[in-house]
Order: sequence, then structure tokens, then C-alpha cells
Amino acid sequence: MAKHHVATTINGDPVEYLCDTEQTLLDVLRDNLQLTGSKEGCASGDCGACSVTIDGRLVCACLVLGVEADGCEVGTIEGIAEGDSLHPLQQHFLQDAALQCGICTPGFIVAAKSLLERNPNPTETEMRYWLAGNLCRCTGYDKIITAVTNAASELRGE
Amino acid sequence: MGKEEQFDTATQSVEASGYKVVGTRPIRPDGIEKVTGRANFGADCNLPGMLVGRIIRSPHAHARIVSINTDKALALAGVKAVVTSADFPEIGPKARGAGEAPVSFRDMSRNIMARDKALYDGHAVAAVAATTAAIADQAAALIEVEYEVLPHVLDAREAMKPDAPLLHDDLFTKGLDPKPETPSNVSQRFEFGIGDTAAGFAAADVIVEHDFTTQCVHQGYIETHACVANTTEDGMSTVWASSQGQFMVRNYSATVCGMDITKVRVMPAEIGGGFGGKTTVYLEPVAIMLSKKAGKPVKIVMNREDVFRATGPTSGGHAHAKIGAKKDGTITAGELTMEYEAGAFPGSPVQFGCMTGYAPYDIENVKAVGFDVVVNRPKVAAYRAPGAPVAAFAVESALDELAKKLGMDPIALREKNAATEGTQAAYGPKFQRIGYLETLQAAKNHPHYSAPLGPNQGRGVASGFWFNIGGESSAAMHVNEDGTVEVVTANPDIGGSRASMGIMAAEVLGIDVSQVKPLIADTASSAYSMLTGGSRVTFAVGKAVCEAADDVVVQLRERAAKVWDVDIEAVEWKDGAAINTKSDSGESLSLKAIANTAGKTGGPISGKANINATGAGPGFGTHICDIEVDPETGRSSVVRYTAIQDVGTAIHPSYVEGQLQGGAVQGIGWALNEEYIYDDKGCLQNGGFLDYRVPVASDLPMIDTVLVEVPNPGHRFGVRGVGEVPIIPPLAAVANAVAAAADVRMTDLPISPPKLLAAIDGAK
Amino acid sequence: MAKVVLQREVARDFANGEAELEILADDVRQLINKLDLKFPGIGERLRDRTAVAIDGEIFQDPLLQPIHENSEVYFLPMIEGG
Repeated sequence: MAKHHVATTINGDPVEYLCDTEQTLLDVLRDNLQLTGSKEGCASGDCGACSVTIDGRLVCACLVLGVEADGCEVGTIEGIAEGDSLHPLQQHFLQDAALQCGICTPGFIVAAKSLLERNPNPTETEMRYWLAGNLCRCTGYDKIITAVTNAASELRGE
Repeated sequence: MGKEEQFDTATQSVEASGYKVVGTRPIRPDGIEKVTGRANFGADCNLPGMLVGRIIRSPHAHARIVSINTDKALALAGVKAVVTSADFPEIGPKARGAGEAPVSFRDMSRNIMARDKALYDGHAVAAVAATTAAIADQAAALIEVEYEVLPHVLDAREAMKPDAPLLHDDLFTKGLDPKPETPSNVSQRFEFGIGDTAAGFAAADVIVEHDFTTQCVHQGYIETHACVANTTEDGMSTVWASSQGQFMVRNYSATVCGMDITKVRVMPAEIGGGFGGKTTVYLEPVAIMLSKKAGKPVKIVMNREDVFRATGPTSGGHAHAKIGAKKDGTITAGELTMEYEAGAFPGSPVQFGCMTGYAPYDIENVKAVGFDVVVNRPKVAAYRAPGAPVAAFAVESALDELAKKLGMDPIALREKNAATEGTQAAYGPKFQRIGYLETLQAAKNHPHYSAPLGPNQGRGVASGFWFNIGGESSAAMHVNEDGTVEVVTANPDIGGSRASMGIMAAEVLGIDVSQVKPLIADTASSAYSMLTGGSRVTFAVGKAVCEAADDVVVQLRERAAKVWDVDIEAVEWKDGAAINTKSDSGESLSLKAIANTAGKTGGPISGKANINATGAGPGFGTHICDIEVDPETGRSSVVRYTAIQDVGTAIHPSYVEGQLQGGAVQGIGWALNEEYIYDDKGCLQNGGFLDYRVPVASDLPMIDTVLVEVPNPGHRFGVRGVGEVPIIPPLAAVANAVAAAADVRMTDLPISPPKLLAAIDGAK
Repeated sequence: MAKVVLQREVARDFANGEAELEILADDVRQLINKLDLKFPGIGERLRDRTAVAIDGEIFQDPLLQPIHENSEVYFLPMIEGG
């Protein structure tokens, strides 16, 4: 079966790729485009390690087909830092030791950024429910919540 | 939530310690790579011309493999290789591992690729490599395996019955007298103890006795197993793999493949969680063999369902605890009988359960008996403090009941019986300096323990013990021309160990931690080091790093002595510089200055240390848990949690706290949610994160920590291993809190809402 | 004489159930050699991946660790970890 031609924008840059019908966006990002920052933890939308945005909406890349990204703006972990300066979320994940092994970290940062764009001043409960789709097995979430709280505060200019 | 009241004993003691770097919280050296998505984990490695490997697995819990026909798969265009057990050497029962914990390579080989029989749902029976994932999937479906399905058994006590289906007809129970003449599913009976429990119980005023059941649970690391193997025509195989030890992967893979270990070079990828589950191999030998046959690199990435079906859960099983005490709370005897499910091959951690259950207590009469039982489940792998959580669940739950019967505060009961320096541990030897009592005192004095509770809320307390280990460790240290220092170790960084290696090196060298660059070497670039596990890296590899730094300091003093033309004894090392004690002006040379001119004084400077680290200090923890029970649904929610532990000295307190928090939450999941669920055919029904529910952010409060620091005399900075202990207390801490909240003693984990609701309704 | 305690399974298999012994030895190697003379075959078992606690400190897979005259020596399974 012939491959599909997809024209999309990834982290602000125009990108074209060919993909099979059954390839997920996660497969395309990782295998076709070597954007391996998005991780596969489950391939069923349960762990959030592949969190990306499509036209500003937070999704699991493993639940989206590569062809569905045609004409869309895709945002991945590779596009979070600007040039050589880290996003405040990235900075606070480091300062607050919000990662141990680091496999879930890209997904958490993409998901948390999406939260703070909608709600710049979330309560702890709001953070915990928004991030409930991102699994972390190392930290018990405590330091992740701290990092997101501190990043939100910095982004609000406090 | 509770943060305002948090104790920060770590910071207090560091100020008093006089250390400059130890106890501070610098940003981890590998941090930027991990927050930007650049870090390369197991599945992120790609090589040109790489093939995709897929494993074909048994759909039956127990079946004889009658035949495997690979013709159709091999005929498919794009398929480059197929392997079955016939491609691996038959390994005899005597083959044992070198360097690592005792393993049977015969069993390991048969677990990696089933021979004769498939022993659990998901047991690998064949593998294929093809040019694309789609073709590999197609080929996997074309491999025809004929099975003769056999009766199966999943539960330890069922498997011990004389008429139970037999997994191995050559397995005879060890540790029985007389030696059995018929095979069974019990691989071994263990017994540990001191004193005479019958006399102890006779002297008791009060006796409590309960039977406990726990289910098989998985480590649940978010990164699935993954590797790439490239076997070339010269018989060399390079393997990129995510694991808890590159030397472990080399040794195990080479042995299973019948290769000399020097023919395998293992490049350590970043590891996305392990918790003990990545202390063995599943994919690497298969990838090596597929690559050998295909003549191309082969990548295998396990999917999540197969991780659940076929990789290291830890044992479920049964435990029976009986404790006797005097009216004043003095415990006179403790017994523990446990049956652990080992999975398809012998080797559950039941003996460590026997050794640890009563270890926190000074009891004259203890008897612990354990049975290692094979069942048609995946072979268990290590999981944080292997064997200890289930034993502690039984003992610490029974202690809670004992406290209730005696009308004593549960911490006071534990304090009265706490093991201290000189106490004979239940497994035999006497403890050296330990900090268990200090964790109890910190718990009692913590504001959490006296905070008021809301309606339907209850508070539970429980403790835990783990040995901690040292072991073979290596470190090398290279001084760069600009005065920066590379710290080379060979242990995967699973939770911030690069940071702690850097801190210890900087402390000994007396330089800023930013000048130290920790890195992790492959098997061809470093001396051997035992795997990352058993809470040993910061302790044991840290010792090697300190000694390598000592080696560097001696050389730096020698170089300075040459520059000043004095004897080395006249040169002191202080704050990162050599001081000439013979000079009146206090002449000094910084590390940087010495490095700049190393060529003039004898060439490059590097140090090393290769040790078998001894002096590991045992760890103890005490947790306080508040649970709110919804009487309508039976749902238990953790509303407040405090984890207190003697950590020796916290090198990087944030990552030590992180160990306590993460371990506690894994224990909470074990207590409340997690379990393997099988259907009546013995097939796993919940092999995914939707149905095997690990705790998510919205399930939890903040996890407060108290780092009690009773320095370990066996380490120059006082380090004790910290990673194992925190998973031990939560099972009982949660159950004890549920008992206090709902007035029902839950002895069967997980405490799921339907189970608790039935218990509450039954008690009415 | 050091007090030497064997694992019960080992004692049952090799030492007629005699788990506690008094033996004079300078180090672990000498101790195991002496035990093997007394109970042939036990040496191989004790050299194969055991841990030894000497006066409370656990040594994994030791050989040359010194034993003192009044030491308490416990043979234990090699400790693993997660």
C-alpha cells in the first residue's frame, strides 16, 4: 500500500513526511523524524510519556495517526526550550529535582506547559488532575507538583 | 499540604557537618538532556540498516511445545531471521553467574526462550527480525506453534498441594528432612530464627495471629525493555541497552548465547526506571542471535503488555504472623510462615522476607519459615527490598493489632522493642550502629503524628528494615588540562547518582561541583562494577569515587612537590589546592594550575579505585499514613503521608527525599490498587496501565519526608543506601490507617474498594 | 574460638543439622577449609555465592576477611536488592 504524504508544522518548522496508514504520530516522530524526545511507555494513551500538542491541544501521540497531523501544528518536547534558554518548567524540573530516571519528564513538561497556558495559576488539585494522565513511577509526584507550582509562579512574574 | 510543618533535619545537620558540597542540592549533571528530550534511552538508539525484532509468546499458561514451524514466516519478503530455543545452547544446571547475585543460567536461558514447555502466558517461544515493524508483525503471525495445553496453577498454596499441576519434573524441594523422593513445585524451604518461640509464646500475656495474602505486583517502570544488538562477521556483538548494569547484560547475554564475554560490548543507555526489574535480561540475547543470523543490527522494543506478561513482577503470596507479648508490651516471641510465588522458575525473595520481617525488633525468640514456590506466572525479578514488603505487611499489621490489644500507642510499642546497636537481629548477627529508634522518635515528634483527623479518617504507622549492600565497584578520574575532572563510573544512573558521584568527588578534591563531570562508561571502557541495585551505588560506587579522588589528590601533591622542589610530605591538600607547608608565605597551587602544567611535571593525571566495598550500613524507616475511607464506596484515599528514614548522610538531599517519596508511593499502590489479574485459563487480564493501575498524581497528597541522619561508620561521609527501605513500611502503614478509619483489619492486598466495602458491610 | 552459625538448610544437608559450631580460623577462607575437612562437600556450598556476617557486618562473597578469636560468624544468603 502506498505511503501517505503529510505536510505539517513541527515546533514551528514546516515538515513533510511519508507514512503508512497504521503508523501513529508517535512512530512518525520517533522513527521517521528521529524526534525521540517523545517516549513510548504504553502505546495505549495511559501513561502520557508521548504527550504532544496538536494545534494547541494536548494529546498522546500514540493515539493519533501520522496522517491526522496533516495541516496541523505539532508541538513536542524538542520545541519547548527557546534557543539555548530553557523554559521555566524545564528550569524548575531541574532545580526542584522533579525527575529521577527522566523517561516521563518530556511528557510531564509538555502537559504542564499546556496546563499553564490555559490556567496560569492552578491549584494543587487542578495540577494533580491535569497531570493524572502522565505516569511517573520514580518520584511519587511530590517534586513534580512543586516544580510546576514554582514554574507557574515564575511565569506569572511573581 | 503539610509542607509548612516539614522538618528539614538534613539541612540542619549539613550546616553542622563542615562539608562544603556534601548535603547541597546542585542541579544534576545529566539534567538538561533529560528535560529537553535529548537523553537517549533504550529505545532511542538507531543504527543504519537496522532490522525490527519481534518476540512470539505463548498464549497459554502451561503447555508442551509440540512443534514450531517457521517456514511461512521465513518465506515472507523482508524477513531476515527467525530464532527459537534451538538457536541457543542448552545450558546445564551447574552454570552460575560471576560477580552478580546467584542466578541459574539454565533457568534464565529457558525463561528468555521457552524450551520444551511454555510455563506462563507470555513466555517467549520464538523471535523474528524483518526490515520493517509491519513485516515483523506479519511474520510473527505466520510462525506456527503447536501446543499441548496442560493444567496450570497460579497460587502458591494451591501449587504446594500434592495433586497440583507440576511445572518441572526435576524440581525436588531443598531444605527438607528427609530429602523428598518426588518432585514438587516447592523449590526450597528456608528457616531463620533465634531462641525458642514455644517458650516465648508460653511467657506471653497476649498473642495476636493473622493470615495475610498479597498479590503479584509489577515494578511498573515507564520505559519498556529495549535494546539494539549489532553482531558482526568477526563474532563481536555490540549491544545498546537500557538496564541496571551493563556488565550484568554482558555477562548474562554472553552466557545465554554461548559467547565469550569479551565478544560482547554493552553500551549503557539511559534507563527509564528499573526498581530491580532491570537486573536481568530478556531481549538482549535474542537480539544478539537475530543479528548474528541476519548479519544486520536488530532492535527489539517490548510493548507494555509484554512487560506485564513476561518481565519481573515481584512475588505475591501468603504470610502468617503470630506475635506474643507481655502486658507491658515486651514482645516475647514472633513467628512468620510465608509462601511466595516465584513465577515459572525458582527464586522468589522469600528468604529475605524471612530475614527482614522481625529485623527492626529486639525479640529473643523468632522463627521465620519460607517456601519458594513455582507457579505459572512470569519469573519474578527483584523489586525494591525484594521480599521485605510482604513480610513487613504481615508483621507490622500484627503489631498494630497487638498495640490495640495492649492499649498501647503503636509507636510506643515499637520503641519498647526497637533494635539498637548490639541487638541480635532475627536472622542472626548483631547490629552495629543503626538508627531505627531515631526514626521512631522523629515520627512521634512529627506534627503529623498529633494532627487532628477528620471524619472517616484513620492514622497508621509502620516500619521497615533493609540490609543494604556494597560489592564490586570501580571508578576512574581524569584531570583535564583546564582543571575540570571527569568522573568515570560504570553504573547506570537510575535516579540522580551522577549528581551524588559528582558531589563526593568535588568534596574530596575540594573543588566546585560544576568542575566535575560524571559520566558512565561502557563495558570496554571501565573496570567491572556490579549492577545498580540494592541501594548500593551512592554507598559503594561512591566509596570507589572517593578513593579515586584520594589517588588524584596524592598525584596532585606529588606534582606540586616537584614544582616547589620539596618532599611530598611537605605538601598539604586543602580547598582544591596544594599548600607548601615549607613556605612562609603559604605558597599554593590550585588544581587548575597543576593541571595546566601537568606536561612539565610528568604528564596527564588520572586516578582510579577498584574495590569490593564493605561496611554497608542497614537502613530503617518509619512511615505515618492518614487514610480517608468513603463508607459508601469503600474507596481509600491517602490524605497525608510522612516518610521518615535513617539515611546515614544525605549526599544530595533532594534525590534522597525523592527515593523516600517514590518508594512510599509504590508501596501505596501495592497496598491499594495494584495486582495481577488472571482469567481461568491463566492468562493475564490487566496487562496495561489502564487496568493495572499505578498511583497517578490525583490519587496522592504531597509526601513529606524526614531525613534522619545517623552516619554509617562504614563510609567516610556516613552514607547508607536509601532506595530499598521506603517501599517496605507503606503496605502496613496503609492497612493500619484503614483499620483505624473503618474499624476493619484488611489482611488481603490490594485494599480495593469492593473488598473494603464487603469487609465494612460484613463487620456491621 | 569463633562462634560460627550455618544456615539451617546447609547444616541439615552437610553438618548433620549442627548449625552452631566453635572453630578457630584467621579468615573466611581458612574457616571454610576447616569446615570442609569436618563436613566434606560443605566447602563448595559455602564458597558458592554466600554472604558472611562477621561481628554484625555483612560481607558479600568474602574470602580473605579476617576473623577474630571471639568473632561471631553467620553464613547468610548473598543479599540481593532492587
